[in-house]
Amino acid sequence: MRSFHYERAADTPDAVAACAAGATIIAGGTNLLDLMKREVVQPERLIDITRLDLRTIESAEGGLSIGALVSNSDLAAHRDVRRDWPVLAQALLSGASGQLRNKATTGGNLLQRTRCYYFQDSAMPCNKREPGSGCHALGGATRLHAILGGSDACIATHPSDMAVAMTMLDASLDIIGKDGASRRLRLRDFYRLPGDTPHIETVLQPGDLIAKVVLPPPAGGRQTYRKVRDRASYAFALVSVAARIELAEGRIADASLAFGGIAPRPWHDPAVDRLLVGEVPSAALFARVADVLLDGAAPQEGNAFKVPLLRRTLTATLNELCREIPQ
Amino acid sequence: MTAFHKMDEPDHRNRLDAMVQGVLGTGMDRPDGPEKVTGSATYAHDGQVAGMLHGVMVRATIAKGRLEHIDAQAVEALPGVRAVLHGDRFLRNPAQGTANEAPVQGSRDIAYLGQPVALVVADRFEQARHGAQSVTLRYSEESASVAPDAETAEVPDKKQSSAGDLAAAMDRAAFCVDAVYTTPGHNSAAMEPHAAIAAWEGDLLTVRASCQMLKYNVNELADALGVDPEHVRILSPFVGGGFGSKLGISPETVAAALAARALGQPVAVALSRQQVFEATMRRSETRQHIRLAADAEGRLTGIGHEALVSNLEGEDFSEPVTQATPFLYRGENRLIGHRISRVNRTCAGSVRAPGEAVGVTALEIAMDELATAAGIDPVDLRRRNIPERDPGEDRPFSSHMLRAALDDGAAAFGWENRPQGGARQGDWLAGCGMSSASRVNMIGKSSARVTLHPDGTALVETDMTDIGTGTYAILNQIAAEMLGLPPARVKVRLGDSDLPKSAGSGGSWGASSAGSSVFLACERIRQDIAERCGCDEGTLTLKDGMAIADNRARPLAQVLAGAPLQAEGEIDKGKTSEAVRQATFGAFFAEVAVNAVTGETRLRRMHGSFAAGRILNAKTARSQCLGGMTFGIGMALTEELIHDPRDGHIVNHDLAEYHLPVNADVPQLSVNLLEERDPWANPMQAKGIGELGICGAGACIVNAIHDATGIRVRHLPATLDKLLEGLDRLDDLG
Ligand SMILES: Cc1cc2nc3c(=O)[nH]c(=O)nc-3n(C[C@H](O)[C@H](O)[C@H](O)COP(=O)(O)OP(=O)(O)OC[C@H]3O[C@@H](n4cnc5c(N)ncnc54)[C@H](O)[C@@H]3O)c2cc1C
Repeated sequence: MRSFHYERAADTPDAVAACAAGATIIAGGTNLLDLMKREVVQPERLIDITRLDLRTIESAEGGLSIGALVSNSDLAAHRDVRRDWPVLAQALLSGASGQLRNKATTGGNLLQRTRCYYFQDSAMPCNKREPGSGCHALGGATRLHAILGGSDACIATHPSDMAVAMTMLDASLDIIGKDGASRRLRLRDFYRLPGDTPHIETVLQPGDLIAKVVLPPPAGGRQTYRKVRDRASYAFALVSVAARIELAEGRIADASLAFGGIAPRPWHDPAVDRLLVGEVPSAALFARVADVLLDGAAPQEGNAFKVPLLRRTLTATLNELCREIPQ
Repeated sequence: MTAFHKMDEPDHRNRLDAMVQGVLGTGMDRPDGPEKVTGSATYAHDGQVAGMLHGVMVRATIAKGRLEHIDAQAVEALPGVRAVLHGDRFLRNPAQGTANEAPVQGSRDIAYLGQPVALVVADRFEQARHGAQSVTLRYSEESASVAPDAETAEVPDKKQSSAGDLAAAMDRAAFCVDAVYTTPGHNSAAMEPHAAIAAWEGDLLTVRASCQMLKYNVNELADALGVDPEHVRILSPFVGGGFGSKLGISPETVAAALAARALGQPVAVALSRQQVFEATMRRSETRQHIRLAADAEGRLTGIGHEALVSNLEGEDFSEPVTQATPFLYRGENRLIGHRISRVNRTCAGSVRAPGEAVGVTALEIAMDELATAAGIDPVDLRRRNIPERDPGEDRPFSSHMLRAALDDGAAAFGWENRPQGGARQGDWLAGCGMSSASRVNMIGKSSARVTLHPDGTALVETDMTDIGTGTYAILNQIAAEMLGLPPARVKVRLGDSDLPKSAGSGGSWGASSAGSSVFLACERIRQDIAERCGCDEGTLTLKDGMAIADNRARPLAQVLAGAPLQAEGEIDKGKTSEAVRQATFGAFFAEVAVNAVTGETRLRRMHGSFAAGRILNAKTARSQCLGGMTFGIGMALTEELIHDPRDGHIVNHDLAEYHLPVNADVPQLSVNLLEERDPWANPMQAKGIGELGICGAGACIVNAIHDATGIRVRHLPATLDKLLEGLDRLDDLG
């Protein structure tokens, strides 16, 4: 770990000023500190935002406004979340461990970095960590890696479960820029694919601070988060599916799906959602949906299993959500 | 006054059963428990001393080559950095267990990625770590062999044997199995990372370190440093788990001692979790070719077990995969083979029951395949194959408790009434499986000193270690039982190399060896007391601090009359180690649920029945078995060192990505300990239990997966990707 300056922001303008001057935000620190200790990232200046007034969860615009400092534990336990957005509570509780969730924040969770073995080891080439040094995951161990959305420069996955559920729910972010002005952005437009600039992961500008996540009003139907992983708890997703299906008169009236563990960002494919709407649920339909989703999949030898796994998990999730529930 | 005893004859006296204090064998709490849970127990890195500097190791980032240059100057200019040290005395890798001399030394020749090549010492830990991360190394790189290769592997003289004609037996067999099984590398993953604090006073060195076997470690450290072993003292009063990874002295301990000498100040060096994975022992991956031939009744006529393992150039150790195969089952045609491939990977050494952990596991999967092929109940198949004598060496068993363990385990688990394999509940398929357990039993030379004070308290002293196993508890119980004292009046001092030399903790021999030495010392003290009481030791009763002889009870204080009694006991291995086959046995049973969609396996319950001679403490023995079974879960389902295909380095070198089973993976486990006395083992009739619980444990889970799905996994761990294809086939059927 390199020496760094540490400051604690008293209020939001204070934090924004520090960000504008190039400071790196530290919230729960559960991701950032590990990376600093291993010198994967080496910020010179940290601005601690944990004293800011961003810890509230409140109803807003018919939906829910979630402060960036709300802990993963508190968000998962919130009554409205459990009632109206259960997929989010499920996703949160499937991540990390109780201790980590107590410390981890909503903003930090969205911006946690990839678990790619080669990104995490500063002795290995990595275009994300050191642009231009090469991607060592290509040709290396790739169990954790992407089958969709990767590039010749990077095949790392985004590790967050929470962000997958929020992407499915079409959440938005309120971001405060360095001029102090707030702007709103859909989460679906927030993450960038690696292309040849894998070190740029989001559309955030230098100095931006995430203030809130806003969930749209609760939508109908049933929703679930299915995470498939290498042990029963405390492991990142190999594949995950966040899904909401609304049925009406035997047809799918509305559908929203997002996927984790398979791509550099929480994966949302509008064509997949469109394909389902208006259709009668059937094995053939679900197979077509999987085909569309996986069209263009480019697995490596070490993660080729994710293609059948995703197909199977997707189908099972849709089956579960489309099953008639006895009244 | 030393009571010396060599195990040349079985000891049928069964003295411990004649004692009346009633504490041995009970599930007494560990006396050291409160210290551990309150954080007051001092582990290696906790014993920080004033004026101490911190060192952090620098690793090689190539797999093979020569280190040409270390840019020390730039790093020494960083704030707080005192020195960048390297040289001929630094260790390439840890010493193997009981090596008793330094392992390969020198910073120049690089044999694996992750090899420690230098130490950066600074005033503060953070400064040293940053320094270590800032060092620039220049190499001349050579081409490395990073994966085991059967073609070029060495064929050692040892671990090879054959009898009869296996090929002919396979040809004649009514049922046979001929398959290749693989297990990946494992890391011990002890909770406490390896650490040492070294301090010199003149030419006397004291090191606080995390070590399992001090008697050997002192010699290894002295040899590495080029000093007299008499001048070296190691303190390891508490060890936060070893599992083999702390058997031999390791690089950080030597580095700390060298740095402390060079800088004239105490130096602490702790490995990071990543360094523990890269620079301490791994268990070798194994490739095991197993052949089983059986007659129409399922009786084995042939067993073949040929293993390919790997290690660094120059290492004697190779995973003894086939250790239990020569004696576990009958069969007149036998073939044991062993090959070692030289690779540029982290050093391979003892990890959690070397040999049987992976060897019995593969053999027990093969036995399940045979049961399926022959249509015989798997428990029954094993019952039919229990040999009368050790078939490998044609000698008697000291005891053979496999049948008892199978019967007890099957009854406890409810094997007869187990759910139908493949029964479906929602997306989950249920299945049950079983496997045998076996581990060789050993004893090593070991001494202890016992002092009975005039106030009726006793002190037990030995350089034995408690690596979380419960040594403090059982040595207390043995002394309390023999001397007739309440446990609260017995104090045990361990983990100081100045104390009488023990066998140390490893190979499950600690309790037998150190325990016997305490027994012998106590027996000598009993003789002294008997003499003073004017009776025969055999008729003396000691209980609750009273000496009872000839119907007369006298307080020990009165007998001792103000002067302490002290004795040393020393046990050594003798002819009983060769005259008979000594082993421990057990049986595992498991029920799993396999997700028919994703291939995820969840263990629902697991049972183990074990026989290991006299059980010294019912609670700590059970805990050992629970731990072993949990390692079995890891071996079956989650644990795997992933090596990079290009440079061989361990990519998943932390506990987030090296998947030990977590609580949610470990359901209700139950353990039965069978009543047994083995007079051939030692005067206590006790055998090693630490490792038994892992030897074959993974197989019952893999066999249960087969019962649930019909899918046979031969390449561990049974992660979901290995089931998907088979599940596709099931879908097509269903
Ligand atoms: C062992 C382990 C297992 C884990 N398993 C899982 C898992 O299974 N699933 C899962 O989803 N996650 C998992 N996690 C990750 C965990 O969820 C994240 O570490 C956590 O959510 C990060 O939140 P934080 O507040 O601690 O972020 P920090 O570490 O404080 O920050 C992370 C990043 O976000 C930036 N940041 C933080 N807040 C803001 C803000 N308001 N505005 C702008 N930038 C900001 C920081 O600058 C930093 O770059 C695991 C973590 C560990 C250590």
